[in-house]
Amino acid sequence: KENKVYIAIKTTIPREGAEMGSITSLWRGADWLERELYDMFGIKFNDHPDLRRILMWDGYEGYPLRKDFTSPEIIKLPEVK
Amino acid sequence: MRTLKTEEFMVNMGPQHPSTHGVLKLVLTLDGEIVKDCVPHIGFLHRGMEKIFENRTYHQIMPYTDRLDYLASMTNNFAYALAVEKMVGVKIPPRAEYIRVIMAELQRIASHLIWFSTFAIDLGATTPFLYGFRERELIIDLFEAASGNRLTYNYFRIGGISRDINPAWIEQAKKALDNIAKQIDQYEILLTGNPIFTERTKNIAVIKPELAKSYGLTGPNLRSCGIPLDLRLDYPYSVYPELEFNVITAKNGDTFDRYKVRLDEIRESIKMIKQAFDKLPEGDIMTKVPKVLKPEAGEIYSAIESPRGELGFYIVSDGSQKPQRCKVRAPSFANLAIIPDIAKGLMISDLVALTGSIDIVLGEIDR
Repeated sequence: KENKVYIAIKTTIPREGAEMGSITSLWRGADWLERELYDMFGIKFNDHPDLRRILMWDGYEGYPLRKDFTSPEIIKLPEVK
Repeated sequence: MRTLKTEEFMVNMGPQHPSTHGVLKLVLTLDGEIVKDCVPHIGFLHRGMEKIFENRTYHQIMPYTDRLDYLASMTNNFAYALAVEKMVGVKIPPRAEYIRVIMAELQRIASHLIWFSTFAIDLGATTPFLYGFRERELIIDLFEAASGNRLTYNYFRIGGISRDINPAWIEQAKKALDNIAKQIDQYEILLTGNPIFTERTKNIAVIKPELAKSYGLTGPNLRSCGIPLDLRLDYPYSVYPELEFNVITAKNGDTFDRYKVRLDEIRESIKMIKQAFDKLPEGDIMTKVPKVLKPEAGEIYSAIESPRGELGFYIVSDGSQKPQRCKVRAPSFANLAIIPDIAKGLMISDLVALTGSIDIVLGEIDR
């Protein structure tokens, strides 16, 4: 039986003014994934056909999955040695 | 003869609509009964799971995974446990491996039974709904006996499972499986040859294999297009290589094929569980795993075949006791994204059949 592998392609982009090219022309499924990345991390995808927030509502401010996004409800766990 | 002028109009289907299976909103542009455009709106069930994961220790995350795909909690537990075990290099006892596979396959049957019931009611058939839920109850009883819960089991642990099963449980499970196997044949008599059912499903909402690949479809939806991708065979995990089973595929990729593939998968799962019972070894169900887990800095992607498709966990560790990032690759997310493409030109009643047959769970789409 042939071996099947997962392939991951990585790149780095600057934190401020984060933007990169869209791959929706290659993979249709990337559409929603890129929208999610935009919604959660604030990464702008150029040439994306319909770049809107997907999980949060329109008009929401901030990008929840960024590390500097904290909520007062998040209670810090005590450090365990 | 005078030609009638028609005007397009927009309809919100959902978020509170029985056939959207949760809180999904489809904004439809209709020309009479024909769907001209369909824009899904998701996020009504967004609880910020991935952010919560970043603020919990590895052991604490397990009960949260139950709430992702709430119709298949066992497989979520399974996927998460496998990912973390791969990360810290834990080997779990063979008995635990077999019990895990038994639970995962029972969960697949339960999930497919719910799908069968709700799909039938989407098409207007109320009787199968009652039958499907009756048979699912047998599996829920088993899970309740094993884990103490009926929906969110929290049964798996990093390093094994929480409770052992006993011979009486196995007897009960075998009886339940025999019963379900018998009932599946009854379902087929009710629906498969039923002309009303076949008219509503055959050649309706056909998904082409190329489009399915482009959207990253997985699970029964992909296999119904004729692509035999099954992670249990293609990227083997746990003790699946020791079990004999077939990958169920169909040719057309229409609504009917998605129905047929799932029913046949229930039969395959029953076979697999019976094999697992025969091979079930004695021994421990847990390995010793430190209370405070601190995986080495690095990352891992680990995926399993959930009832809906490829369920993957991508975890990045920075060496601390909490993950730095935990991304859930939810199968329903990719599966739902294909709906706008397929929906165009369908009758609105066929769109209901399509969303029903895709088998989405909003819990894992919105996370």
